[in-house]
Amino acid sequence: MTVKIYIPRDAAAVALGAEKVATAMAEAIAARGLDATIVRNGSRGMHWLEPLVEVETAEGRVAYGPVKARDVAALLDAGLLTGGAHPLCLGKTEDIPFLKRQTRLTFARCGITDPLSLDDYRAHGGLRGLEKAVAMQPAAIVAEVTESGLRGRGGAGFPTGIKWKTVLEAQGERKYIVCNADEGDSGTFADRMIMEGDPFVLIEGMAIAGIATGATKGYVYTRSEYPHAIAVMTAAIGIARAAGVLGSSVLGSAHAFDMEVRTGAGAYVCGEETSLLNSLEGKRGLVRAKPPLPAHKGLFDCPTVINNVISLASVPVILDKGAAYYRDFGMGRSRGTIPIQIAGNVKHGGLFEIGFGLTLGELVDEIGGGTASGRPVKAVQVGGPLGAYFPRALFDTPFDYEAFAAKDGLIGHAGIVVFDDTADMLKQARFAMEFCAVESCGKCTPCRIGSTRGVEVADKIAAGIEPEKNRELLADLCNTMKFGSLCALGGFTPYPVMSAMTHFPEDFEPAPRVEAAE
Amino acid sequence: MNIHLPRADVTERTLAIVGELKELEGPLLPILHEIQDEFGYVPEESLPLIARELNLSRAEVYGVVTFYHDFREHPAGRHVLKLCRAEACQSMGGDRLAERAKALLGIDFHETTPDGAVTLEPVYCLGLCSCSPSAMLDGEVHARLDEAELEALVAEARR
Repeated sequence: MTVKIYIPRDAAAVALGAEKVATAMAEAIAARGLDATIVRNGSRGMHWLEPLVEVETAEGRVAYGPVKARDVAALLDAGLLTGGAHPLCLGKTEDIPFLKRQTRLTFARCGITDPLSLDDYRAHGGLRGLEKAVAMQPAAIVAEVTESGLRGRGGAGFPTGIKWKTVLEAQGERKYIVCNADEGDSGTFADRMIMEGDPFVLIEGMAIAGIATGATKGYVYTRSEYPHAIAVMTAAIGIARAAGVLGSSVLGSAHAFDMEVRTGAGAYVCGEETSLLNSLEGKRGLVRAKPPLPAHKGLFDCPTVINNVISLASVPVILDKGAAYYRDFGMGRSRGTIPIQIAGNVKHGGLFEIGFGLTLGELVDEIGGGTASGRPVKAVQVGGPLGAYFPRALFDTPFDYEAFAAKDGLIGHAGIVVFDDTADMLKQARFAMEFCAVESCGKCTPCRIGSTRGVEVADKIAAGIEPEKNRELLADLCNTMKFGSLCALGGFTPYPVMSAMTHFPEDFEPAPRVEAAE
Repeated sequence: MNIHLPRADVTERTLAIVGELKELEGPLLPILHEIQDEFGYVPEESLPLIARELNLSRAEVYGVVTFYHDFREHPAGRHVLKLCRAEACQSMGGDRLAERAKALLGIDFHETTPDGAVTLEPVYCLGLCSCSPSAMLDGEVHARLDEAELEALVAEARR
């Protein structure tokens, strides 16, 4: 029987040499006349082990990593095709503690299947949610999603079912499903991994959303920085269309739904939903004032569901296994699972999906294994460039929307970036302001002007110019931006700035000024 | 590549691209991407043609081109090296790496080497945050870069 060897096509694996490994493997298979084939899967999310090569054996999949192209010959010599022993062998993939501890609902197939094989997708439970949805009344689908407790995974945490209900009840000849795949937050890559590793789950989720709300057209708006995701997503849509999953009759039903990928052009603010809609319409990505809500007047003024990739990709399992199954994971008002992205200066970085409720300390110290540099952890930024910096003193905070809000933070898109003790928190605060200045759409003054003034004030503090007065000024400026900005860019930039100043005041004490000697 | 296309070519290709894509909903961004793929930048002489074909004002089209970081008004170098400057990469020494790249190339961000070989650009996140620091050279991604690998990338780009 032909042996399957899995070598990821995920951008993280490729950036670490997966393409070279795949080429070397293909050449070696041919040269040795082996009965083996290479499957380019998604990533399992254990990025410190990438490129992670797996081989299918009678006992299950056996993993090797991190593999370099020059290891290929030795691996084959050691009996790779039968899961033979080698220093890079990690044993059975499923038994690796980082994977074993997870609850993979949204990422159930990512890294396991061939992302562009619809047969593989079906064989691993794919399309069951959509099959149920086509036989249901729209209101019943919406009710199922509402009961699951699913909240927007893009960061705002708004109940997905409520959003869908608003669009279902809105009047309009045309309605749209827009997938926000403009994943610009540093420390996040879950959307990218789904699009590259299991694109059909997003297609299925969007088709269900279309049937539930009466929308017939969908757009995936993603980033130009994600060429691999764009390629896989576009190919998958073509395959789904050819197979009748998309098109004028979804799975042979009376429902029509089709979709396409649109690419942004390097503007972070377009991850904000109304800015994204303007960009999709071909305009500058200026933020729109709300109301009207996109659910009433969204894309081209039509009722529009706009959801994050992970929200939409979580819908198929909810329809397949039922709202109660999903809702039973999690804590408090944060139901279900959350794909946490562990990044930055961390030993075991990658994607870790689990029910809400793990503490930040467990995530950083136990699962992440502490810093990559081996130095003490100083701070962890949670939720991207607009998220707060947490000191070790707050590591008992459970991963939950409300718990983070109570500590003046946010979980955002669930990316966590670890910094060791060499980090200068004043510099990080200054960067938050600088980033806001670069990326501001310019529509509202607190964000456009405030961010530039913020950089200047941070520089004054660093230079030791009236530090006490300037710290007060920075806090005052943050207050203005927080309450006066039109969207989360200006409104949340104060989170990293204020948390850095509150939790690491010593970094905001300037070094004593050296008086000029001459 | 610094190709100076004759004006007629820009006109002809712009009209062909617009003609091909104008039936899309919200066609302007796809058109601009296609034009930049074609010419390496968005030529100024394309703008009035796009505006006319889409029934927009020239100011609207210009506003869109200049709003987005991706669209260039001038050709880039033969190679474009993008270094991630976002937080995850900062936590792994991205700033030091950026300084090294600038020194090696003798240019700052948003500049092109005098021989037209390399344009250096900042990028805010390539989604490779678990294997920082990262970079993109002409669309190819590289992660967990150290100084030696950066030097190899720069050397490759300079060729």
